[in-house]
Amino acid sequence: MTTALNGEELAKKIAEAVPGSVVSSDKSSIIIDGKSLLQVAEHFKNKLGFDYLTAVTGVDYIDYFEVVYRVVSMQHNQSIFLKARCYTREDPALPSVTPVWRAAYYQEREIYDLLGIKFEGHPYLKRLLLWEGFNGYPLRRDYL
Amino acid sequence: MEIVRPDLYTPEEADIAEGKLINSFIENCTSPIPDPDRWLDEEIHRNILLTSLDMAVAWARQRSIFPLIFGTACCAFEMIGASGPRFDLPRFGMDIIRFSPRQADVMLITGTITWKMATAAKMIYDQMPEPKWVIAVGACAISGGTFRESYSVVPGINRILPVDVYVPGCPPRPEAMIYGITRLHAKIVKGTIDNPGLSLNKEGKETR
Amino acid sequence: MPVKTESFYLNVGPQHPSTHGVFRLRLTLDGEVVVDVEPIVGYLHRGIEKLAETRTYTQIIPLTDRLDYLASMTDNVAYCLAVEKLAGIKVPERAEYIRIIISELMRISSHMMAVGFYLNDCGAFFTPVLYMWREREKILDLFDMLCGQRLLYNYMRVGGVSQDLPDDFLPALKKFVDEMPKYIGEYNQLIKDNEIFLARSKGVGILPKETAVNIGASGPVLRASGVKWDLRKMDPYSIYDRFDFDVPIGEVGDCYDRYWVRVLEMMQSLRIIEQAMKQMPQEGPVIADVPQFFRPPKGETYGYIEAPKGNLGFYIVSDGSIAPYRLHIFPPTLINITALKDMMVGWKVADMIIIFGSMDVVLGEIDR
Repeated sequence: MTTALNGEELAKKIAEAVPGSVVSSDKSSIIIDGKSLLQVAEHFKNKLGFDYLTAVTGVDYIDYFEVVYRVVSMQHNQSIFLKARCYTREDPALPSVTPVWRAAYYQEREIYDLLGIKFEGHPYLKRLLLWEGFNGYPLRRDYL
Repeated sequence: MEIVRPDLYTPEEADIAEGKLINSFIENCTSPIPDPDRWLDEEIHRNILLTSLDMAVAWARQRSIFPLIFGTACCAFEMIGASGPRFDLPRFGMDIIRFSPRQADVMLITGTITWKMATAAKMIYDQMPEPKWVIAVGACAISGGTFRESYSVVPGINRILPVDVYVPGCPPRPEAMIYGITRLHAKIVKGTIDNPGLSLNKEGKETR
Repeated sequence: MPVKTESFYLNVGPQHPSTHGVFRLRLTLDGEVVVDVEPIVGYLHRGIEKLAETRTYTQIIPLTDRLDYLASMTDNVAYCLAVEKLAGIKVPERAEYIRIIISELMRISSHMMAVGFYLNDCGAFFTPVLYMWREREKILDLFDMLCGQRLLYNYMRVGGVSQDLPDDFLPALKKFVDEMPKYIGEYNQLIKDNEIFLARSKGVGILPKETAVNIGASGPVLRASGVKWDLRKMDPYSIYDRFDFDVPIGEVGDCYDRYWVRVLEMMQSLRIIEQAMKQMPQEGPVIADVPQFFRPPKGETYGYIEAPKGNLGFYIVSDGSIAPYRLHIFPPTLINITALKDMMVGWKVADMIIIFGSMDVVLGEIDR
């Protein structure tokens, strides 16, 4: 059974290892500050053994955008959700985790295509599902 | 048919040109093309000298159509099932499925058409030689289907090409597709040597 | 004397006999050797996620049918599982057994199509497809008996299934399960030791173990590379922990391993169906008591299953109203395609088609 780890306990360990990164945490997820996302990702992969990224998705809550990552450790059979937020409506940007887990390659391109969040450090950020010259980002709440 | 010579050098420029073409399609194709169904109303006047030859040629044309399956989504699998051994489509002479548009008579549009794919559909339709016919199979090809309100779906392929036979269903059973093909046979058999395609609409204008 | 060469772009366009749907590949070739690969998708993008924000939870079920249209009831099961997790609904026993039987039948049907069309690409034009189509018509007859449709069913509901099994379903299913191993033996006899097939697929398109885990692959593609990760064993959902079955694993990770893993999984599915038929309760309710416009509590959830193509997941955010706030679908085939560049570079154009065919993509799932 893949055990979903408790977010609050894990958040304490992460806050010691990478100081200043954890914003808050709840029962199943840890919210990470956007600037230290890459360091936390490397810590998860190299030190804690979470080598399998299964899901990357983005949600538009009207005050902020949130990107959700789900990482799994195959050895210990555990999983945890990581979240990152950005609070600007024009030109939201986050660092990309593609250097650490290549599974995010197409999923981040899709989030850029449909929601408009730019990922810095992505090797080839271009529209995936819609065509060049499409006006706007369809999955935002204010697209008609 | 004009020859388009693109002046492109890199993949990025090709993508931008494709995007401009798709946007121009969205602006121009705002109302459906009228169906070529004038043949239902009028009696076909055959030339007295060539009547038996006309009928023989039309019969032969009806019984040996080469289809081109433009299969995008789920309906394509019911079409393959219709050519299987159980719902035997080859008994009507449609045995060989051509993948090249230059060798085909009928274009079977099965599945949802999006604006990104519409340019490819038009390019393939233009490459087919006369006489040619189009069958729209499935609810998505007729009117957009379940996805009509979406931002990227063409609401019916008759915005872009003229359609002869519509086969409704989601997906239609193979028996329904075979019935649609027999309706197309009824149209083809009315053709003459100088007007085999029967492509006039109700006002008498050419649809192609 | 050295010869000056220049690489050129070749477009394997969206309408092509062997692209399994509307998929476009832009290749950079040096002579006949592949140097770079860029997949271009989006020719079937229908905006299902945006449409789902304006429909009720039950009205989304026909939309999820159209994702992986070769195994459409497994998509329904994944969606219903996610919603039941969010709202805390318990599914009755008989409905669970019906869902398991149907999921395994869909797995057999989908793998038969995958193997058949892979051999189509290898050169055996349509003969294996039509042999396997004969058995697939029997499975489609069973589904026709069950819910009246051949391809896109809309049979699952949140909280169970929509109607009970008819009386002659189980005897027909028993007859099918008894004679199926003989047909799988027939396919193996035709295909498995064929020299042309072995020369074209052994050692071609190898995906190493670490790369497969790093790109997030799942399903038969991951298991053929040697990683033992099957959600039915590692994280059992529904009642999969009551059945006894094996998980086949490949050794090298080439195209032949991906084909052989699928054939072995078909045999294991038959075992599960036999056990489920014996253990199923004879009568009982088939759907829990769920209102027509039901409002789950606020929150978010992630529900996932082992679909025939990989790990299919649904992420649902609810704000307490009758339609979801956000629905996101994780297609396994889009994530598997990340490895195409690693597998294809250095091979020739003919091998490129074979490698793509062994990945078993369905464009309805990639583009949504």
